[in-house]
This record gives sequence, C-alpha cells and structure tokens, in this order.
Amino acid sequence: MPEAAQKLSPAAATAPLLAVRGLQGWYGESHVLHGIDIDVRAGEVVTLLGRNGAGKTTTLRAIIGILGRRQGSITYEGVETIGMASRKIAKLGLGYVPEERGIFSSLSVQENLMLPPRVKPGGMTVAEIHTLFPNLKERAGSQGTKLSGGEQQMLAIGRILRTGAKTILLDEPTEGLAPVIVQQIGRTIQKLKTQGYTIVLVEQNFRFAQTLADRHFVIEQGRVVDQIPNADLDANIDKLHTYLGV
Amino acid sequence: MTTIFGVPTQALFGQLLLGLINGSFYAILSLGLAIIFGLLNIINFAHGALYMMGAFVAWMLLTYFGLGYWWALGLAPLVVGVFGVILERVLIARLYKLDHLYGLLLTFGLALIIQGLFRNQYGVSGLPYAIPAELAGGQRLPFMFLPNYRAWVVVASLAVCIATWLVIEKTKLGAYLRAATENPTLVQAFGVNVPLFLTLTYGFGVALAGFAGVLAAPIYSVNPNMGADIIIVVFAVVVIGGMGSIIGSVITGFALGLVEGLTKVFYPEASSTVIFVIMVLVLLVKPAGLFGRTA
Repeated sequence: MPEAAQKLSPAAATAPLLAVRGLQGWYGESHVLHGIDIDVRAGEVVTLLGRNGAGKTTTLRAIIGILGRRQGSITYEGVETIGMASRKIAKLGLGYVPEERGIFSSLSVQENLMLPPRVKPGGMTVAEIHTLFPNLKERAGSQGTKLSGGEQQMLAIGRILRTGAKTILLDEPTEGLAPVIVQQIGRTIQKLKTQGYTIVLVEQNFRFAQTLADRHFVIEQGRVVDQIPNADLDANIDKLHTYLGV
Repeated sequence: MTTIFGVPTQALFGQLLLGLINGSFYAILSLGLAIIFGLLNIINFAHGALYMMGAFVAWMLLTYFGLGYWWALGLAPLVVGVFGVILERVLIARLYKLDHLYGLLLTFGLALIIQGLFRNQYGVSGLPYAIPAELAGGQRLPFMFLPNYRAWVVVASLAVCIATWLVIEKTKLGAYLRAATENPTLVQAFGVNVPLFLTLTYGFGVALAGFAGVLAAPIYSVNPNMGADIIIVVFAVVVIGGMGSIIGSVITGFALGLVEGLTKVFYPEASSTVIFVIMVLVLLVKPAGLFGRTA
C-alpha cells in the first residue's frame, strides 16, 4: 500500500534511532537512575554532561545492557531492549567504548582489535583503522595494556569501528589524555560523524563536547534536567557552570 | 653397579620416570582446573571424581560394549565432557553471582555423590584394565627398562597440554577465552555469547580430566577412590603454579611429579608430603603462586 507507506515515512524519518524513556537503574541496592529520557536521531552526536556520580556512565551501561537492574524503556530502531541480554543489544548495531577502555592485558594489540565480532556489515577494515590510528599498526604485536593511555583509547574506539556498529557509546574518551591526543580523538569523532555514525558521548569537558555535539543532555542525580542545543551552549554558559559546578 | 650420589642409577631413573608419570596426571588435571578457575571462578572439586569417571567409562566401554583402549581414549573424554556440560548448565551456572565458596561446596558435594554412586555399584577393590596390546612391552635402555605404555602416557599428556596451550594462546577462540577470563561483562557487551563459552569451557576442562582417567586406567586399577587420592595433590599443584595460570599449571605439574620422584630416592619418608611443604613455602614467599599474577 503506497499511501500507507507515504504516511509512515515522514514519521519514520523523525523517529529517534535511540529512545530512552523513564529509565531507572540500580547498582546492587542503590538506586542511581531515576527516570532518564533521551532521544538520539540517526547521525547525531549528543553528549551527556553532568557532575561525577550524576549517572552518565550508568546511563551508557544501561543502554548496552550491562547494568545489573534496569526498568523503563530503551528502544533502538524501534526494538525494545530493556529485557535483552547485552550480547543481543550489541548485535543490533551498538558499540560500547567503556570509560576504563577495557583493553585486555592477556591479548596483543592486534588480538584486542580483532576481538569484538562483526555485528553489522559495513564495518571498517583493519587497514582503514590503521590509517586512522597509525600507532595501532606499529604496535600490533605489543601487549594491549603496554600501550599509552591515548593509544589504548584509539584501540578501544578502533576495535568497535571494525564491527560495523553504527551507533557508538563513548564514555569519557579524553579523560586523562594529553591535549594533542584529545585533539586527535576529537578529529576522529568529527570524521565518524561525517560518515554517518551516531554517537552518544559522555564528557566532563564541555568545551571539548561543544566542538562535536549537536545537542547536550544535562544529567543530575539520575535525571535529565536540561537539554541544550549546541548552538545555544554559549548563551547558557552560566546555567551550565551551575549544573557542572565548575 | 653405577651410582649417583650413592644411589643406583637404575633406582634413580626408575623413580624419575614414576615422577614424570605422576607429573603427567598432575599437569593434565591442574590444566583443566586452571582453565575452569580462570574463566568460571569455580574451584572444581569434582575434578577428581570426573577423572575417576573417565577411567570407569573406559572400563565400561570395554566390558559392556567391547570397545577397547583407543576407542575409550576418544569416547570417555566426550562422555565426561557432556556430563560436565549438563552439570554446568543445571547446577554450577546458578552460582556465578555468589562467592567462590559456594562453587567449591557444590562441586565437593558432587564429587562425593559421584564417588558414592560408583563405590556402591563397583566396590572399592578396583577393577583391572589391561594395557593395550600395541603398547605392551618396553625398551631396554642402557640405564633402565622403559615400559612402552609409561612412555606413551608422558608423550600423550605433553601433547594434550601443548595443544591446549596453543589453542588458548594462538587462536581466535583462545583470545575470546582469555578476554572473557579478564572481563566477561565487556566481552558480552561486544556481542559474544559468554554463557555458552563458560559451559563449553567447563565441558572441555572436565573432558581433560576424563582423558587423564583413561590414561590412568591401565597403570592404576580402576577404583572409585582414585580421584579422591590424586585431587588433593593436584590442588596443591594449582596453588603452587598460581590459580588460573595455564602454562604455570602444566610446568608445575610435571616439575612437582619429578620432585616427588626424587624425594622417593633420597628421602622416601618425605615423598608424600614434599609437595605440601613446597606449597606452604610458595604461599609464604609468593602467595599468588609461581606463575600467578598479583591483582
């Protein structure tokens, strides 16, 4: 039915790729997420801003399905994932780059790179990843954790790009890195954006986030308390300072 | 008669060979324990009982089905492995979120049940299992007589240990295993079916025990208590090598077998305790074990 299809298509175009609704989350007994609402459209870069302990990392862990207990709704491409095992969520095309980077010490750099299985067609080839991050090629045989912090971050991002995941959950990729490396990571995220990747970025450094993001969600005590389009960030700078306590 | 340090060479090499044979069993058994502990965090006390089960399956295959040693060498590990897969799925998988102690208690209980069932059925006097005709006899070396079957046990154990090590260190499958040992949650978040890995790893680990049981059947008699006797020593081997260290468990297994053999020559009174003395010393000096990584 072409008419029905036509009616549906505008709605489909504006429907978020990733929709988080009323997300509650727990670490053991402690209730840390109290109703998170986030929309991410395909091709967008959004950031989650907030103080330490506000629930940014927990939100990413809930989305990829590795938080012990969660309630509410998380849909990806319209598929409800709240009751899914994380390995199935990953297969939908979500890639996760954890805050601690998660490089395996018992694996070489190359083995780390090849570890995550392909979840969708169209992932980068190893050669493309090596072009993006030449250090990973030079040090392919080294033990994964012998890399510098910046190289480990590149490896953590690179191995996800191989899998074909088109949505990347990126937890504080610049934490503790030298400014020149931060710039390189920034350029990479920029490049991924132009290639159509959707990115959810947790950042403490909103100056860095400002150069990349379309929208910012401010999280406080397990709730989204504000949503700021990137264009309005400077106008809201005082408010943001209050939120982040900087 | 030739002597070394006042000991006849015949006796020395004889005991060293015996030590190497015991070391072969220590190595295969502690390798399985180390793999299981590394990935599942389960101290598998049922390992000795499953080793005994391997020997019994070999005996049953011969007695009830007329299938000889070489069949048993392939089939018994498979039977024990499948039995292990069922144990893991039905019982052990429920304990991963709890303390180590629960896994230890559960598998200890399982060991007692399995041993009890076999003891009830077959008694404790032991059942004979003949050396396969192809490996009967031996070689007269200049310094000692080497029974073919014993040489075969050492070679087969070494081959299995090296093959297992190669799979773990050099293949994609092994990379998953190593990664999941370090951080199962993250590996799962990449889309890997980690629970399936845990099940297969347990199955493989106990299949190694079953394999060792078949190797042991012609040397020791097939006896429901054979696992209980060896497993305590094997746990000491694992502790000395370092919990979860693959290469450590193999090297330590062979080395401690030799140490035990040497002790029998030079100070027989200590031969049954020497491994435990070493365990105490290692724990005092290097609590993570000789090859263990301190967290």
